[in-house]
Amino acid sequence: MSIGSRWLVALAVLVSSQQALADINMPVGVTPISKEVYGLHMMIFWICCAIGAAVFGVMFYSMFKHRKSKGAKAADFHESTTVEIIWTAVPLFILIAMAIPAAKTLIAMEDTSDAEVTIKVTGYQWKWHYEYLDSGISFFSSLHPEHNAARQVGSGADVSQFENYLKEVDRELVLPVGKKVRFLHTSADVIHSWWVPALAVKKDAIPGFINENWALIEEPGVYRGKCTELCGRDHGFMPVVVRALPEDEYLAWVEENAPAPAITEADTAASQQVAAADEDADREWAMDELMAKGEGVYNTYCSSCHQANGEGLAGAFPAIAGSAIANGPHDAHISTVYVGVAGTAMASFAAQLSDVDMAAVLTYQRNAFGNTVGDTIQPSAIKALR
Amino acid sequence: MSSANSYYIPHEAKWPIVGSISLFLFFMGFASVLNGGGWVIMAIGAALLVYMMVRWFGDVIKESESGMYSEQVDVSFRMSMMWFIFSEVMFFGAFFGALFYARVFSGPWLSGFGEGGAAATNAVLWSGFDYMWPHNGPAELGGDYQVMGWFGLPLINTAILLLSGVTVTIAHHAIKDNDHSKMVRWLLATCGLGFLFVFLQAFEYYEAYAHLNLKMTTGIYGSTFFMLTGFHGFHVTMGAIILLIVMLRGTKKHFSSTNHFAFEAAAWYWHFVDVVWLGLFIFVYIL
Amino acid sequence: MSAASAEHHDHDDHHGPAPGWTRWLYTTNHKDIGTLYLLFSLVMFFIGGGMALIIRAELFQPGLQMVDPLFFNSMTTMHALVMIFGVVMPAFVGLANWMIPMMIGGPDMALPRLNNWSFWIMPFAFLLLLSTLFMEGGGPAGGWTLYAPLSLQGGDSFAFVIFSIHFMGISSVMGSINIVATIFNMRAPGMSLMKMPLFVWTWLITAFLLIAVIPVLAGAVTMLLTDRYFGTSFFSAAGGGDPVMYQHIFWFFGHPEVYILILPAFGIISSIIPTFARKPLFGYASMVYATASIAFLSFIVWAHHMFTVGMPLAGEMFFMFATMMISVPTGVKVFNWIATMWRGSMTLETPMLFAVGFLVMFTIGGLSGLMLAITPADIQYHDTYFVVAHFHYVLVPGAIYSIMAATYYWMPKWTGNMYDEKWGKIHFWVSTIFLNVLFFPMHFVGLAGMPRRIPDYSMQFADWNAVASIGAFGFGFSQLIFVYVVLKCMRGGEKATDEVWEGADGLEWTVPSPAPYHTFETPPAIR
Ligand code: HEA
Ligand code: HEA
Ligand code: HEC
Ligand code: CUA
Ligand SMILES: [Cu+2]
Repeated sequence: MSIGSRWLVALAVLVSSQQALADINMPVGVTPISKEVYGLHMMIFWICCAIGAAVFGVMFYSMFKHRKSKGAKAADFHESTTVEIIWTAVPLFILIAMAIPAAKTLIAMEDTSDAEVTIKVTGYQWKWHYEYLDSGISFFSSLHPEHNAARQVGSGADVSQFENYLKEVDRELVLPVGKKVRFLHTSADVIHSWWVPALAVKKDAIPGFINENWALIEEPGVYRGKCTELCGRDHGFMPVVVRALPEDEYLAWVEENAPAPAITEADTAASQQVAAADEDADREWAMDELMAKGEGVYNTYCSSCHQANGEGLAGAFPAIAGSAIANGPHDAHISTVYVGVAGTAMASFAAQLSDVDMAAVLTYQRNAFGNTVGDTIQPSAIKALR
Repeated sequence: MSSANSYYIPHEAKWPIVGSISLFLFFMGFASVLNGGGWVIMAIGAALLVYMMVRWFGDVIKESESGMYSEQVDVSFRMSMMWFIFSEVMFFGAFFGALFYARVFSGPWLSGFGEGGAAATNAVLWSGFDYMWPHNGPAELGGDYQVMGWFGLPLINTAILLLSGVTVTIAHHAIKDNDHSKMVRWLLATCGLGFLFVFLQAFEYYEAYAHLNLKMTTGIYGSTFFMLTGFHGFHVTMGAIILLIVMLRGTKKHFSSTNHFAFEAAAWYWHFVDVVWLGLFIFVYIL
Repeated sequence: MSAASAEHHDHDDHHGPAPGWTRWLYTTNHKDIGTLYLLFSLVMFFIGGGMALIIRAELFQPGLQMVDPLFFNSMTTMHALVMIFGVVMPAFVGLANWMIPMMIGGPDMALPRLNNWSFWIMPFAFLLLLSTLFMEGGGPAGGWTLYAPLSLQGGDSFAFVIFSIHFMGISSVMGSINIVATIFNMRAPGMSLMKMPLFVWTWLITAFLLIAVIPVLAGAVTMLLTDRYFGTSFFSAAGGGDPVMYQHIFWFFGHPEVYILILPAFGIISSIIPTFARKPLFGYASMVYATASIAFLSFIVWAHHMFTVGMPLAGEMFFMFATMMISVPTGVKVFNWIATMWRGSMTLETPMLFAVGFLVMFTIGGLSGLMLAITPADIQYHDTYFVVAHFHYVLVPGAIYSIMAATYYWMPKWTGNMYDEKWGKIHFWVSTIFLNVLFFPMHFVGLAGMPRRIPDYSMQFADWNAVASIGAFGFGFSQLIFVYVVLKCMRGGEKATDEVWEGADGLEWTVPSPAPYHTFETPPAIR
């Protein structure tokens, strides 16, 4: 359907159905807090409407009645302490009436005590990292690859064909229903903000600090949100997807995904991928194996900055093609990716990439985009750094 | 020509546009320097700026000397100077605000004191960090350093500035009595104290960098220390130069017991710099 | 108070402007400088508006059609910087230059040379700012709020942006000092403070706000600069600083700044409504006190922009209550305007149309501001298009409309010619319709969950974004009517009388139209 006709349909729907209201109003949500917030929102909304109606009513009345063309003669009054006092006091009372329930909700929102599940949410440019502090599960969650391909400038994709365009991730955050979940928000680079409207949860992820927040989800379902603090080029492309499962299903999911205990102890941050790839890391890899793997890793992790063609964006993200570092000694190249470059958007990928993936992407950079170093970087070299 | 009775309005102002161009060059040049470029444009801008100021103030002095400024003009100048100083107060306010914020909020939060996520911040991200002012952050940026004590040079500098506040006041009384040579002598003393202050401050910086390993990069302590004392030192330098010019004008008997706005403006500025120092001395050095 | 002599002195032949183009470069005349400011602002309006149209064009449909996300962010950032610092503020300063000396019966601004400099800084400051668009890595892309640490990631443009802000700041502070000195020192004898027109009052308070907060902004961006280039750690936790500290300092400037963008507008509206209601302004004194209260409160509400950063509960409560309080004095102003219209004898010429448009749509924006002040709700609204809708309602039909109203209202005095009433009215109606098509749907998508500062969005927001983009182009191009009316009026037209408007009151209407190059060299007698 063309945009024009979709719009007409939407208008028709708007006048005829309740459903359409969902697209123009705040969702009620599925937590006690979100419902309270929704109630508060509607209350202040109607109060504002009433004030507006009263104010504009008086104004338009006088504009129609007291027009020169209707023969109105100007009166001369221009002062009255009494009315000034009234129209200072009345709004004040209205405000107090709004402030009381608002304060109550606010106090409830800030109470993170007695949580049963704690999840650390770390913002990265431009993905989320989730860490279940109780069970040791941890993983990254980024925009679904198909959506990511479609959203590139000039991809030519018809994005209206995608269900949940830009709201789908490669790995969802799974939460239990009926339990108080506490979130610890932080960031690895710049400020992000983790928002799921249906949970009425929005908190900034500040690098170097942790913010707390909580939610008690009452209904199973999939709830979608976004990063809401400008965090650089792909700020618009770091969605949040929460899948709320009934408690037993949730426990089963945890069971299935929890890392083996020994590794949990050794390494929480990167346990998952690293564990799986551990034995692979020791063997010698061939160039074409690394190149094939490296291309995938590059497109997932690096291309948003350095671009799929390796040309970067002049001034902001350096080109990999012809880069002195990517064509230079191993140490500097590895360290750029393993440690990152402090004070720039080039973050450390040590926690995000397994030894094999990192070796692969490094090898790939050295031999793609016209770079012809011709050597490989072996996973064992990365493993040695850990 | 306008007489001192009507409000003097110069009919052409050629220096402002020069000022704009020079500031433009200066800022552009400075930005290029920061991005790794050369110094030439910035230097040209700065030189042009100084030239512009000399000429502009020269014009103003000439007009003032030829009696073109009525008392009302004088009041305009006074008000402007006062509001300018107020704007400077707010500029320093931003840095003092940063200091207070770092000491009252960020530091304690990082070490786990405070509501919300403070405890988790310390436990998960910076475990082992104990807040105590001064500090260079949980990552101990800049490495081991020593704190700049308040007892030695800073105390001497405080005395110097306080003394200079006295000397400038004596000079003020002198000009109110139309005693030019006394005014010049006491102004000279004030300038001397001012430049001595700057010299000692520079020496203190040398000490900090060479022996205490206290640098701008020494976490939040180094940041606030050098930002506050640095901008203050810059203002002292400017103030001392202004006083010097006023003194030179004094030797040419530019002022009278009733007409000495330039003197007063410089003196106000000097007192302002003085007061800022007291704030610094208390909050940066002692507490 | 004023000591200007009652006698008229002969100023050689300096009664007219200097011939040639250097007149504009060297001028010290408040009217010339006012004109320069206003024209500069008009040009910048089209530049900033052009950027907005790029934003709206990309947002017309979901999917990325035209621009790289980084460039999009840079458009958002620049659009805001240009509109705020390059359009609204200079326009208000231009109006202050033109009107304040005439309104208080003074011969000129207090410091005419400095006045020239305040203006001539602006084109250079914007040259510095706009030049970053052509640098490698593009212009600043971290939002107009320049939050650390994101803004520190910018390319070479970063230092240029910081310095351009310092540069504009110098201009604003000097301009404000000049206005304060003018108002305190240049009034005609008998023009007591409580006799001054409200436009003068609101500007006095605005100038005070500017002098108080622009240096704070300068301090904040200076710390950004040293964090980036000199290794300080004001805004990095590793060194004991805090990114949120930047936000506190920024908004300590930023919130008063939004009142800087609206208080002079209140003054303009307070001049226009009585004229066309043919009735004195209701509650003059309470208007003055309300303005002062708004200014005072504006210093203690800044953190309402930061309800999601994790402030302590007590802080959130305080800032919520303080912010809500601002509605009270603002309401007093709205009610006084309506009481002025009540039982007046109204006509609806173009300035009045814009004033009424202001009144209605500013109030809508104010009420959505009140909703934003309610912390728990703001946690849902924050950083969505609901906020974008709020501030455009107070800025566009607020600040921009007041500037247009002022232009229509005083243009006959400036040029000596009446503007084209028919096209003025068309301009109003077309603008107002498109403006609501443009900004009203933003409330909807915002509530439904569309974040701000994104170049692409989910299908659910598609329809209303398309509507908004249509509105944007409609609104943008209808501003060409404004340019047409202004140019036409500058070139000629029906001659304006001295009083211009039947119900007009104030010193500016006692001088001929067009106002002579120098007015009130001999102070007028004040009733
Ligand atoms: C001209 C500029 C202007 C003005 C006047 C205002 C006015 C107000 N603003 Fe707005 N605001 C902005 C410009 C402005 N704002 C901008 C630019 C931003 C975004 C910045 C950014 O993030 O980029 C912003 C953001 C912003 C936020 C942060 C939102 C967020 O990011 O989450 C909040 C929150 O409290 C807020 C509140 C208010 C309030 C309470 C007022 C009040 O002053 C409004 C008062 C007026 C009324 C209430 C209407 C009239 C009154 C009556 C008719 C009386 C009766 C009323 C009652 C009894 C209620 N504003
Ligand atoms: C006074 C301030 C002001 C004004 C007047 C405007 C005016 C407009 N703004 Fe606003 N805007 C802001 C201040 C302002 N804005 C701020 C502070 C932000 C926040 C930035 C941030 O998040 O950091 C913002 C952000 C902002 C966004 C959100 C961007 C994002 O979050 O990514 C959008 C999106 O639609 C938008 C649109 C518009 C439009 C369509 C107009 C229209 O009113 C513009 C009218 C258009 C014209 C006047 C154009 C005329 C042009 C022609 C006729 C074509 C000819 C062109 C040339 C000759 C060059 N603005
Ligand atoms: C968030 C943006 C971003 C992402 C994602 C990113 N980089 Fe970078 N990268 C940068 C920036 C910015 C620099 C420049 C750092 C500097 O200023 O030295 C850089 C520099 C580099 C360099 C040095 C290039 C040179 O010549 O200076 C290499 C090599 C590199 N990155 C590899 C990678 C790899 C491999 C990945 C993915 C695993 C990756 N980058 C992902 C932003 C990014
Ligand atoms: Cu992450 Cu925006
Ligand atoms: Cu605000």
